[in-house]
Amino acid sequence: MKTGIVSYGAYIPRTRIEPAEIGRVWGIDGAAMGKGLMVYRKSVPMPDEDAITISVQAARDMMLRANVDPEEIGAIFVGSESHPYAVKPTSTIVAEAIEAAPHLTAADYEFACKAGTAAIQTSMGLVGSGMMRYSVAIGADTSQGAPGDALEYTAAAGGAALLIGTEKERLIAVINHTYSFTTDTPDFWRREGQMYPSHGGRFTGEPAYFKHVVTAGKTLMERAGTKPEDYNHVILHQPNGKFPTRAGKQMGFAPEQLKYGLLTPEIGNTYSGAVMLGLSSVLDVAKPGDRILMVAFGSGAGSDAFDITVTDEIEKFPREKGTSVRKMIDNYTLIDYSTYAKYRGKIKMRE
Amino acid sequence: MRDVAIIGIGDTKFGELWDSSLRKIGIEAGIAAIGDAGISGDEVDALYVGNMSAGRFIEQEHVAALIADYAGLTKNHIPATRVEASGASGALALREGYLSVASGEYDIVVVGGAEKMTDVGDEDITSIQAAAMDQEWESVFGATLPSLYAMMARRYMHEFGATREEFASVPVKNHANAAKNPKAQYRRAIKPETVLNATMVADPLGMFDCAPNSDGAAAVVLAPMEIAKKYTDTPIRISGSGQASASLALHQRRDILTMDSTVYAAKRALKQAGKEVKDIDVAELNDNYSISEILALEDIGFVEKGKGAKFSHDGQTAIGGKIAVNTSGGLKARGNPIGATGIAQAVEIVRQLRGEAGERQVDGARIGLTHNVGGTGATAIVHILEVA
Repeated sequence: MKTGIVSYGAYIPRTRIEPAEIGRVWGIDGAAMGKGLMVYRKSVPMPDEDAITISVQAARDMMLRANVDPEEIGAIFVGSESHPYAVKPTSTIVAEAIEAAPHLTAADYEFACKAGTAAIQTSMGLVGSGMMRYSVAIGADTSQGAPGDALEYTAAAGGAALLIGTEKERLIAVINHTYSFTTDTPDFWRREGQMYPSHGGRFTGEPAYFKHVVTAGKTLMERAGTKPEDYNHVILHQPNGKFPTRAGKQMGFAPEQLKYGLLTPEIGNTYSGAVMLGLSSVLDVAKPGDRILMVAFGSGAGSDAFDITVTDEIEKFPREKGTSVRKMIDNYTLIDYSTYAKYRGKIKMRE
Repeated sequence: MRDVAIIGIGDTKFGELWDSSLRKIGIEAGIAAIGDAGISGDEVDALYVGNMSAGRFIEQEHVAALIADYAGLTKNHIPATRVEASGASGALALREGYLSVASGEYDIVVVGGAEKMTDVGDEDITSIQAAAMDQEWESVFGATLPSLYAMMARRYMHEFGATREEFASVPVKNHANAAKNPKAQYRRAIKPETVLNATMVADPLGMFDCAPNSDGAAAVVLAPMEIAKKYTDTPIRISGSGQASASLALHQRRDILTMDSTVYAAKRALKQAGKEVKDIDVAELNDNYSISEILALEDIGFVEKGKGAKFSHDGQTAIGGKIAVNTSGGLKARGNPIGATGIAQAVEIVRQLRGEAGERQVDGARIGLTHNVGGTGATAIVHILEVA
């Protein structure tokens, strides 16, 4: 049975900081660093925002657009590497917030930056098998970068939610194929109890990001029988602007194909939210018949690739009931590093 | 002492070899050298391995026995010896192998050099390299290898009015050479602006003034000259081998712009070979930093003290210049897997003297020189190689 997207919603915190401001504090030419990484500002969650509030906000926009009885939702999966609780699900809070509880299943996912797309695949299986009518897949993060670390210039916050279903007349986009490429590659990790993640420096590039993203994307196209030029929009995981630009080139895509799905230059790396925000941005402008390739990457490591076709239903779909990704990108407030340090809990307070 | 020849060479590609272990690249280079020499493993009498810090890079000591084991050389229980002198480990292994054949102790000796640097993070690599300096006087206070070389560069600019543009001519030339070397880590030419605009590492040395972190291995097979012709029509004679030491800490030197270790090692090697600097056709110098190649040019005697930067900037060290330096791409662009570097230099000179250097061949090269340095110059080793 064909599965696909019934609705979607996104959320990006309004606050931003620029690489030059981060570099100013650490004695680094942050502007040059940002230019090299193609990241010009990154989103910062306010003190009352976390992966849960981002997930809820995205899910609420998804429901505003959906015209679906929340009780018809059989599952909610939230992928994140910044779940506020180590033990206690994010997904149950989202379920209550959108009034989908209690007759459903819920679970939190973690696979570095691709936990949200793993949730899409699980949802496809559950609705595709007929076990339930709708399932919600969310990717959201308030990602962490240690003070002074290279990650601090990109680690950002945001998320998106997708409502997955099967009924043809309700699908705004059909997921034609999905393929995953998974290996045990230790490029980036955070152990229990550690505040900030560790990474393998240059090892995160070729053997991790590029190998997985390019292999998954190419294999999916091989299996789907498609060519790079068949796609109107391409969304690749975007730890910075440079990596997806180069990976896209390696896979044979022109820069225009990446245009609507590449948000990192303006909001930073939203980790589990990254490709799902990119997809939301594409769905904001997509036309019937548009073909979309989306490839997520999670360190550790794996890539989930999706071949998606936008249906005629998109024309009737009330996109305007939710906030567009572009509007959230453009509506921002810059902060300085001291405010950023306060917001992100980097200042040690009295116990 | 017997005359000694290099009868076989082998090397791996240098670079970030994520999919290869130290033992794998060590064996790959060794087998290539044995194959090039046309000998069988049973003929090998001893193995020497140059390696700086496998213990810290991959938590594996005892690497000579390891490589002998995985190369299948332990069935005859040959002696396998690891040699360490930080950045000069490779050349020192070559010298020890050379002395063991020259003395008559062994006939066929394989000398390899290998380092696997990229299994640890960049910060760890900096700290491991700093172990080549004086721990009590330098590294414990936070000095790093690039910071000490930066002091030399800064002083050189002060003393002789040299510029960063002149320093930049070293990596620009070495990248141009590496573009023609299939085994090099960075096979692309760069512009002077790239060097000048690169991220600063230790002022005045930017990213492109510094050799990279690399994985790689290289090996040579040595034999006494009297039997060398049995194996090859083009044996390359090691006609001079000079080694010298100097104070470990930079501040103890009489002059931080002269590496006395290089001065003495070069003198000794040239004297043994009965040659003068002007006889050298091609040289592989230790360009771990751009300033290093300039100091080496002066300390060996290719050019007067203080004139090296201009000499380089004028193109005199390019292929076709007065002396072709680092035709392989040098440490900067061929790559610098520390323990392998000294052997890789010998491999390049052998290729040049055999006339097998392809696009980067120096016409009519008959006499070559290799120069390998440990730390900031506490050890220097110079070899003179000649067409036999």
